[in-house]
Amino acid sequence: MQLGKNELMNEKILDNEAVIVIKGLKKSFDTLKVLDGIDFSLFKGENIAVLGRSGSGKSVLIKIISGLLKPDAGVVKVLGQEVDQLSLVELQALRMKIGFSFQNSALYDSMSVRGNLEFPLVRNKRDLSKTQVNNAIEEVLHEVGLSQAINQMPSELSGGQRKRIGIARTLILKPEIMLYDEPTAGLDPITSIEINNLILKVQQEYKTSSIIITHDLTCAKTTANKITMIQEGKFLTMGSFKEVFNTQDASLRSFYDYNFINDK
Amino acid sequence: MKTNTVKSKILDEQKYVISKKVDAFFTDIYNVYMFILRFFKEAFSPPFEFKEIINQCYLVGYKSLALISLTGFITGIVFTKQSRPSLSNFGATSWLPSLISIAIVKALAPLVTALIAAGKVGSNMGAELGSMKVTEQIDAMEVSATNPFKYLVVTRITAVTLMIPILVLYTGFVGMMGSYLNIHQTELTSFTAFFKSAFASITFLDIYASIFKAFCYGFTIGVAGCFQGYYAQNGTQGVGRAANSTVVLSMFLIFVEEMIIVQFVNAIR
Ligand SMILES: Nc1ncnc2c1ncn2[C@@H]1O[C@H](COP(=O)(O)OP(=O)(O)OP(=O)(O)O)[C@@H](O)[C@H]1O
Ligand SMILES: [Mg+2]
Repeated sequence: MQLGKNELMNEKILDNEAVIVIKGLKKSFDTLKVLDGIDFSLFKGENIAVLGRSGSGKSVLIKIISGLLKPDAGVVKVLGQEVDQLSLVELQALRMKIGFSFQNSALYDSMSVRGNLEFPLVRNKRDLSKTQVNNAIEEVLHEVGLSQAINQMPSELSGGQRKRIGIARTLILKPEIMLYDEPTAGLDPITSIEINNLILKVQQEYKTSSIIITHDLTCAKTTANKITMIQEGKFLTMGSFKEVFNTQDASLRSFYDYNFINDK
Repeated sequence: MKTNTVKSKILDEQKYVISKKVDAFFTDIYNVYMFILRFFKEAFSPPFEFKEIINQCYLVGYKSLALISLTGFITGIVFTKQSRPSLSNFGATSWLPSLISIAIVKALAPLVTALIAAGKVGSNMGAELGSMKVTEQIDAMEVSATNPFKYLVVTRITAVTLMIPILVLYTGFVGMMGSYLNIHQTELTSFTAFFKSAFASITFLDIYASIFKAFCYGFTIGVAGCFQGYYAQNGTQGVGRAANSTVVLSMFLIFVEEMIIVQFVNAIR
């Protein structure tokens, strides 16, 4: 956690309290080594973008952070608590503070947009009145700019709208940490920019610290304070966009060149 | 090359206690056992999802009602028609109502209902939960600090366990009505005479036993469907497999239970 902290600090960071600390994290499935010694800290108020090719273990990383998967080795501390040591009750309390935006949105197909947003809220805050619930739903829908979709079913929404409802569903619990799994994948450039702006807005208004998983360099560049790339189960480097891509490292360069093919 | 595969096969085998398939079978049994334990633990600890249980009960009833009405009715008619010739050989057609009621109450109503529910309701549960699993909706519930097991599994198992007995009573009634219509047409037996003679030959123990059976079948269908769905894997393929194996597994178990319960009831009679 102390390693290179000073170099990593960024002027945008509010204070230097680490909300996620990961040390020596390893994870394999049978014989497949996916994560092989990940170390990093996410500080309060900052956004880290994690780049990496398909299958490099990006989703696995945030699933471990949220306790959906168990690490094989290493320490994963979120808000001071070791995720894999918690009881179910403690884990649920911690999860209230973590928002997880899924790669495929994972909206509940059988419920309307309202039902999707209501679901986590009424189950976690049982003393809310009907009006308070409605107000909270309207507020987050307004936040993501989809107030008109309240009675629609997920199947009637476009990919970008689904992403935004997915984000709204996590915002309704007022999380401190946001984990975005490929928020712009499969979206057109304009919609991607809208999502990027939403991520920034969430960072400012909800004071969240975020991990943003993406292969989209525009997304990484606009939304993140720090960038890193995962390869063969390890983080290559971590730093600002300029620091990371001002390099001769072949895998980083090729990633950059493919994304900004027109810049050359 | 060849020695290599042999070697890796040996290495592969060493990981298992007996063999891959046998090990997997026992692991499955253990997992189902844990699943059932978890069901009881969560079913009796608050908060309760009453609204969703009612909703699921409604769905179970609604989904199977039409099919059960039809099959129950036809079973009653067909069984009466098929039994009549052998009884009339002995000049004993007046025994038809008793014979029919014994057959329907003791065996046909619970079995027909459970088999239809396994096909209609069980497969639906497997597919629904399976698709929720593979599209990460169950994970999404988990990370939003809610308990998907309680919301999805406990409600469904409870609903089908409660509804199958009701449906069995209904099937029994519809089946008897079918039989009555046929007997009324041929033997001109009156409604009261038919039911008097029908009920004379069944005891409360028979009815209780059937209701007990129905609870078991309902629970079996619920556990099979939810277990297969909740642990579905491998994308859309897994959803199909979950639905399919729910039906196969629950039908198989229903017959096994039928056999055990019959032995048991005959022993205490
Ligand atoms: N539950 C699991 N069981 C077995 N293997 C898994 C599991 N989850 C992930 N994997 C494997 O781990 C590897 C990394 O998967 P992961 O989903 O993290 O990739 P990713 O970096 O998110 O890729 P993408 O950009 O395509 O989403 C893959 O090879 C995948 O097959
Ligand atoms: Mg992924």
